[in-house]
Formats: sequence, C-alpha cells, structure tokens
Amino acid sequence: MSGYRLDHGGDIDRDRPIRFRWEGRHYTGFVGDTLASALLASGVRMVGRSFKYHRPRGLIAAGLDEPNFIVQLGRGARTTPNLKAPYVELYEGLDAAPVNAWPSLRLDLLAVNELFKRFIPAAFYYKSFMWPNWGLFEPLIRKAAGLGTAPALADPDHYAQTSAHIDTLIVGGGIAGLAAAHHAATSGQSVMLVTGGRHWGGRLAGTSDMVEGKPARIWIKDVLRTLGAMPNVTLMTRTIATGHFDHGMVSLCERLTDHLPPTEGSGPRQRLWRVRAGELILATGAIERPLVFRGNDRPGVMLAGAARAYLHRHGVVAGEDVVVATTNDSAWYAAFDLAEAGAQIVGIVDVRAAPSPALIERAQRLGIALYLGMAPAEALGRRAVRAVRIGRISHSGRIEGATRTLRCDLLLMAGGWSPAVHLHSQAGGRLHFDRRLNGFVPEPAGGYRCIGGAAGDFARYSTLAAARGQTAEQRHGPIHATLWSISQNGAPDAQAWVDFQNDVTAGDIALAARENFRSVEHLKRYTTLGMASDQGKTSNVNGIGILGDLLGKPIEAIGTTKFRPPYDPTPFGVFAGHRVGDGLRPRRHLARHDWHVARGAALDEYGGWMRPAAYPQTGESEADAVHREVLAVRSGVGIFEASPLGKIEVKGPDAAAFLDRMYVNRISTLKPGRCRYAIMLGENGTVFDDGVVTRLADDHFLVGTTSGHAAAVTEAFREWLRCEWTTMRVLVEDVTACWAVANIAGPKARALFRALPTDIDASGDAFPHMTARIGHIGGAPARVARVSFTGELSYEIAVPWRRAGDLWDALVTAGAAHALTPFGVEALMTMRIEKGFLHVGADTDGTTLPQDIGFGEIMRKKTDDFVGRRSAHRPDGLRPDRRSLVGLETTDGNAAPLTIGAHILPAGTGQPRPSDGWVTSSAWSPTLGVPLALAMVERGQARMGETVPIWDLGNWREARITDLCRYDREGTRLDG
Amino acid sequence: MLLIPCPWCGPRAENEYRCGGESPIVRPADPTATDDDAWADYLFYRDNAKGLSFERWHHQWGCGVWFNVARDTVSHQILAVYGITDPRPLLESGA
Ligand SMILES: [Zn+2]
Repeated sequence: MSGYRLDHGGDIDRDRPIRFRWEGRHYTGFVGDTLASALLASGVRMVGRSFKYHRPRGLIAAGLDEPNFIVQLGRGARTTPNLKAPYVELYEGLDAAPVNAWPSLRLDLLAVNELFKRFIPAAFYYKSFMWPNWGLFEPLIRKAAGLGTAPALADPDHYAQTSAHIDTLIVGGGIAGLAAAHHAATSGQSVMLVTGGRHWGGRLAGTSDMVEGKPARIWIKDVLRTLGAMPNVTLMTRTIATGHFDHGMVSLCERLTDHLPPTEGSGPRQRLWRVRAGELILATGAIERPLVFRGNDRPGVMLAGAARAYLHRHGVVAGEDVVVATTNDSAWYAAFDLAEAGAQIVGIVDVRAAPSPALIERAQRLGIALYLGMAPAEALGRRAVRAVRIGRISHSGRIEGATRTLRCDLLLMAGGWSPAVHLHSQAGGRLHFDRRLNGFVPEPAGGYRCIGGAAGDFARYSTLAAARGQTAEQRHGPIHATLWSISQNGAPDAQAWVDFQNDVTAGDIALAARENFRSVEHLKRYTTLGMASDQGKTSNVNGIGILGDLLGKPIEAIGTTKFRPPYDPTPFGVFAGHRVGDGLRPRRHLARHDWHVARGAALDEYGGWMRPAAYPQTGESEADAVHREVLAVRSGVGIFEASPLGKIEVKGPDAAAFLDRMYVNRISTLKPGRCRYAIMLGENGTVFDDGVVTRLADDHFLVGTTSGHAAAVTEAFREWLRCEWTTMRVLVEDVTACWAVANIAGPKARALFRALPTDIDASGDAFPHMTARIGHIGGAPARVARVSFTGELSYEIAVPWRRAGDLWDALVTAGAAHALTPFGVEALMTMRIEKGFLHVGADTDGTTLPQDIGFGEIMRKKTDDFVGRRSAHRPDGLRPDRRSLVGLETTDGNAAPLTIGAHILPAGTGQPRPSDGWVTSSAWSPTLGVPLALAMVERGQARMGETVPIWDLGNWREARITDLCRYDREGTRLDG
Repeated sequence: MLLIPCPWCGPRAENEYRCGGESPIVRPADPTATDDDAWADYLFYRDNAKGLSFERWHHQWGCGVWFNVARDTVSHQILAVYGITDPRPLLESGA
C-alpha cells in the first residue's frame, strides 16, 4: 500500500461510496473520483504495461497527458478502448481493464519482450519489414501491440452534433479562462467557457494558493457563482476542444453521459460542437515534463503537479515516503502541500544549486532535507519504486561522483512546463523557444489569443491581466534549469524513458541521431516518439531537447513537429453523429412504396431509391420471379414504377441551342411532341449520362436522365450556363420528384392504355413510337411518352406525385382483364440486356468514349460543337484498338450467366497475358433460354463471330462475340 | 473549415459549397481548330498557385450561385469575392 485517502479535503463526497471493478477485482471510491484517483487512494501502483516491452507502469499524470494508465472500459457493444484513467469518472458498476497486459498485469506473458529489448530497438518495425520473413514476427507483434480492442458490435449509443456562433469562446477552465470569461461577460458579450474535466480552476482547483487576496478555491467558487448567474454565459464541463481549424472554427467534444452507468444515461452520449466565435481565447494551460533518468518509468514515479492535483481534487496522498526531484520551483509547492497533509517528505532534490531563499526557508521549517545541485541517477525497485539513487549533476546532465540512496515509495519528478500549444499549432500558429521556461511558446497570431500557461505565462498577476485584455509584461514565472536527460556516463541512457506510451528511451533517440535521422519529423517517425495516442504530450519537448544536445544544436534549430487534431482521441460516433445506419443516406421511397410492399416486392437499394427488385410469389425464388415477370411482359403486359427516372425541365429561347451543346445528338431538329434518345459527355469526352429528350414546345424540353443522376446532370447544366455561356437565356429545373411514373409494357399495353379514363388518343397512327402527349388520366394532368427500355410496346405515364395512387388504381382496374403483372428492376435489366440497350454506369466507366458504344457515326455527322467532342478526338480516342461494347453468347454449354467483371482474354494458353476486356452486364435470358452478356472488348465491333476464352472467378468459360441486340432486331414489337 | 462569403447569402461554412477550381478558364472559341496541346492546356493544366489563387465556387447547398473567390492558399485568407464574369481584382498575396 502506498497511496491513501485523507479524511478531509478534495472535491469528493465521502458519504457516497461507489463500487467498481478493475482487472476483475472490486474496489471502492467516492462520488467525485476518477478511476485514477480511486485506485491511487486504494494503494494500487501498477496500472499498465508498456506498449513495446510490457514493463510495469504506474500513474504519472492527472489529465489527458497520462501515458501509462490507459484503459479499456466496459464490455460488449459499449466497450471503449484507450481512455486515460484520470479522465474516467467513477460510476457504480464501472468495469475497467488495462489495454496492454495479457493475460493480467501481474502475470504478463508478453513481458518477455523486455528480455529481448536489445533486439527491439528504435525502428525495429521498419527494419523488420525489410526482412524476407516478416510473416514470422507479425502475429507476435500484432498481439503485443495492444492499445485496446474496438467493439465488435454496433454502437448502441447515439451522438449529437450542433453549431454555435458566439461572441467569445474560451478554451480552458483554469483561473485564466475564468477571469477571461468574467471580463467578456461583464461587457455583455455572449460567452462560452469550456473545460475538459469536471473541475473548474485547473491546477489551482482545491488549493489555498492566493489569488487576488483569496485562497484559490474561494476565488474560483466566487467567479463561478457570478458566471453561473449571467444569462449570456454558457459554462461547459467535460468538454474537450479537439480541433482548431481554418477561419477560427473550433470543434468541441462534450461528454454527456460517460460519467453515468450505461443504464442511467439518456439522450446522446456525446455531442460535437462546431463553434465560430468573434473572439477566441486559448487558456489551455501547460503540461508538466518528466525528468529523463534511469528507471523513471517505474510505478511510483509521478509528476509532481499530478500528485498535487490528486491531493487537492480528490483528497488522495499519492505516497507515504516522498522524494521530490525537480528543475524548478513548482514541485516545491507539491512537497509543501503533501508535507502539510501528513506525508513524509524524505527530501527535495533540485538540480539548481541555489533555489530561492524563501523556498529553502519554508522547506526547512517543515523539516524537509534538501539535496541541491543534485539529480536522480536511478529509480530502484521492480514492480514499484522503493528507493532513488541521487548524485551531483554536471552542466551536461551527467551524474558525477558518488551517489547516495534515499528510500521512498513515491518519487515526484518535475522537469518543467510545456505550454499546451496544440490548438495554436493546429491552426498554423508558429512557436518560439523560450530560454527562461525551456519550453516552446506561441507566437502571437491573428484571430485568437493565448493566455496564461498556454502562453508561457505562469505568473498570476500577468495572467489575470492578459485575461482581462490588459498587457502586463511582468511575467515572473519560474526559471527552469536546462536538463533534458540525466545520464550515468555522458551518453543518453537506454533505460531512461522519454515517451512512456510508445516506449521510446533517450538511447533510442541517440540511435536515431547516429543513423542520421536528424530532422525532428524523421526522429518522430523513426523512433515513434510522440506518435502514441497522447501525441507526445509529456515527451515531445524532452525528445527535441535530447536531440538538440546530441547534435550540438540550439533547440530552436531543431524545431517541433506539427500538432494535428484531435487533441485527444475522439470516438468515431461523435463525428458520424446521426449519419449512421439509415441516417447515412436517407432511403428514398417510390410514390407507390406501400403498393409494392403489399404485393410482396423484394426491395433493394438502387441509387438511393428502395425499389422492387422483383415480386416473388409464395414458394418462388427471386430468380424464378424475374423469369416469370420477363415472360409476362413479353407475352402480355407488365407495370413498372419508373418514378426515379431523372426529369429535368429546360426552358427558354436558347433551350434548343443549349441542349445541342450538351448532347452528342442534335436536339434542335426535334419537333414538338417528339422524343430522341441522346447521350451526354463530360468535357473530357467520356460518357456522362444518357436519356430521352422530349420537346414539349419550341422553347421547352423535358430531359430524361439515368435514375439517381438527375441532380448531377442539373448541376452540370447550370455550371455551363452560369460560368461559360452566361448570356444564354435558359432555365433548368430538376422535377424528378414532382412526377410519379408508371411504365406499362408488353403487347397488350395499348389495349390497357385505351381502357384508361384518358383524353389521349392511343391509336397507332395518332401516338407513334418516340412521341409524347400531354393530356389527362382520370382528371389528373399526365405526360405520356412512347419510349421503351424493354423492347416491347410501352407507355411511360407521368402524373403529379400525389396523384400516383389514382393512376395505379386506374391501371389495376383496367389491367384486371389483361393479367397485368408488376415487374421489378431485375426483369427490366434482363429485358434491356436481351435488347442490347446501354446502361450508363454499368456498361460504361470513366474511360468510355462515345465511339466505344457506337456513337462514332452520329458524332461525325453533327457539324456543331458540343461538350466533350474535342476531347473524344484526342489521339487516345482515335486508337483503332480501343474497346467497344458488344454482345456475348456462351458457347461452352454452361447455363450459368457469366460473372460481371469476368475477363475476356486473347486466345492461347499459359503465359500471363493482358486482358482484352470484361463483362459489363449479364443475365439469364428467359425469352431465349440462354445466358446473355454485354462486354467491353478490344476492337470488339471488328471481331463479330469470334470465340474468346473468358476467365471467370477461377474458371475458364467460352463465348462468341455477337451484336448487342439479341431479340427482335427489327423492332417490330415496339408497336405491339 | 473556411467561412466563405456568398455574395447572396453572406458568410457560410465551406461544406455548403463546392469548389469549381481555377477561374476563369477560357474555353477555346473553336475547339475543333484547337490542337491537342492547346486543348490539353485548357482541359487539364492549372496554375495551382501557392499563395494568391483565383477560384470559382458554387453555393451548392445554399442559393446555388456561382461566384469567384480570390484566396490565399497559405494563410487561407479570402481576399475578394466577385462576380463570375467580373475580371480578376488586382491583389497582393495576403500571406
Ligand atoms: Zn448563397
């Protein structure tokens, strides 16, 4: 037992105990505890295993800088990996385990890694990748490289996202942030003040340090009470500012229910905020640096500031016999507070020969032994520290002369303070090295201010002045001795840890420098320094300092790596927000969705629309249903809902001229009431879309697009009109969702149509193929076109979306006499493959030019320019060996359709040879009783009748190249 | 995330917009008479300036307007917003 709880002090409720489990064992803490504080108070010292060598590790920090105490929280779908224990608030029944120990902390079988430490130096992984037998090592390394387990089940929680626009956003709830919030709020501004944990007051929370004549804990309470009463102030705890982006946007992650048992939380678990503020103040404080000496990673070695925080926030004394090792004043106050709380301070070891007389006097009054001009040479102990060897320290950081041993169970270290400049750096802010602080401090940047510890200002007077917008140059912060690492013999110590989480030692940095990785960015990637989930919060500056010493360069010349969001790992769920499951992309329903469902439709998603794939009847497979539907259409009449078909109205005096420029086909020669199939290219010449264009009037067109492509075509039309042909008078409107469409197809379609209550004359001469009529059906306005994607006589009937029910009722009533059969997308696709009709996006890809799909002649005949024409005639487009779209008919007697994507290969066997093309569409043809396919084949149109080998999912198939159209080549069925 | 001033809607977040790339790009008056190199220059080659650059943006999830933006690609400063057919303003880089 080492740490223990006081019977007073700290922001905890001793009347409300909380039971929780750690590594399967039961413990008790109090309301107000974190997992870290409760285990520290329970005397637990070993809390983790290191990432690479699985060395025993203890708690060292009191915030998100904690590199060792990383836990897996909860089980099942709600398990969360990689949480830092100082930020895990206790709740009844909490169940946590270490991430890097297997099978347990005390018996960690992977600790053998430590025995092989000299074989796993920096860059081991990179070097090993070059070995021929990496596969031998991979399973062990993957097992050893723990860092938690992601949940295997869907996340049962939900997450919210919101935005805020406010006058002033202040990040950081220490005294700097509190004072800044109070100042801004007093002038009437809207203010948002956020702090990461549940405490206000930062490092002064709970202390008696004097702030403007009051003990800090009173000052904090007073300011909070004032702010809480102001309607223009929003105070947010448990909220981490994760990122600072372009133009001042700050992202916040607010933890709403993580501090509650999973059964008690209601509403979203976390909330992502996107905040834009007129003024942004970063008061994010500073992060204490460890001292780098041999054995500094043993459990029981802790940051001095952390020990002080646990004392004042949670009433926990982290050890009974305490040695404090420091380069600066701050650790002395930790020693004083712990002494006053009853701990035995064995000694203060300060590398400075002459700290301030006031400190020395106070230490002597408390009876604390002082070891000045000295530093820790080595922490001793196995599973936890039991003593420290100290000695005189030279200017270069070398222990000189004899050492002596001080017994202790808690060794506090204080290597100086690094301003938390992450948000400043993320936004592109520059840093400079401050020699008094031995830390990187932010250079002033536009759009926001850093104050307090984040600005390298550790004096209360100047911090409060800056918080209130005044300039106070008097920064009499602590002077830090320069000491990046402590060595036994002058060389960086391979047992002195720099990055605790990623197991990088001073010796690893020396190795990297020796191997000429001298840029800080190279150092980082070679050694993995600062690449763990804490982004090197405690290690980066020490690492840079050591590299500077090794290279004999001033630290300014080494520079820093850039910080990137997020400040702390953030669950994917909070970024996804509502965009999960059906919320990712809302499913669009057809106008007659319920009707299809009631008829047993097997729904599938096609371009965002839920559409019937087929209507299987009882006892019928989906494939059987498709075959039945095809035959019903070919022999009688079927009904298909085609509402998702893109519909764009193009209107204006220049509409015809505009469409001539947009389509390969000439549109301006179309007469009103007539339709034309047309294809559209991108300016790079590739096929972009196809559809039927109908001229409703001289200046009015209805442009059909592929289902799901109407928005993209509309955007393309508008971009050309707004940016290139700005004087053309054309309006473009996507009306896809305004019109519901029924397609009736089959030899009996005319009889069915004529049975409808309509004023449109459907006799053959009055309403021929590829024409359109406007009229009424049952009183509803209707647009009807004689176009066909099945090859059968077909009417495409559009009525206003809300009249779809009436139309269907009329069709079903009239259809009763004709055995009207509903058919789905798969039957439609089968019929269009039988007819060899192109399906853009299936038969074409981002390289397909119009000449590849049989539009070369049409292009040649059109004299005017159109979008994509010139590009289609670049040398690559004129190659004679381009692929072209053809039909395929299998000749191997195998009734299975070819697989889409199967490769057509040149004749011959054996040697690997380049593919001649691939299958783009494929189906069993119930009409012809054979499998059919379409394919893009090199010089395909010139190879009619040739038999080609096809490599289809590991099997050889054989097929003959044919024309595209395999059914009713003369088109006689189009007129029924 | 950039905050882009739409000439119609005012300042709106970047994810409401689509960037249409460098502006203006002059389409050759007679494409068929344009040789392959000149056509490739029109179709593919862009300045990709570090610093001051001129782009057209589309307020796709807002009012739908296309407009021009002068932007510093280093400092992210937006230096000017102007109509799609207006000439490029005379500017120094804001970096
Ligand atoms: Zn707008």
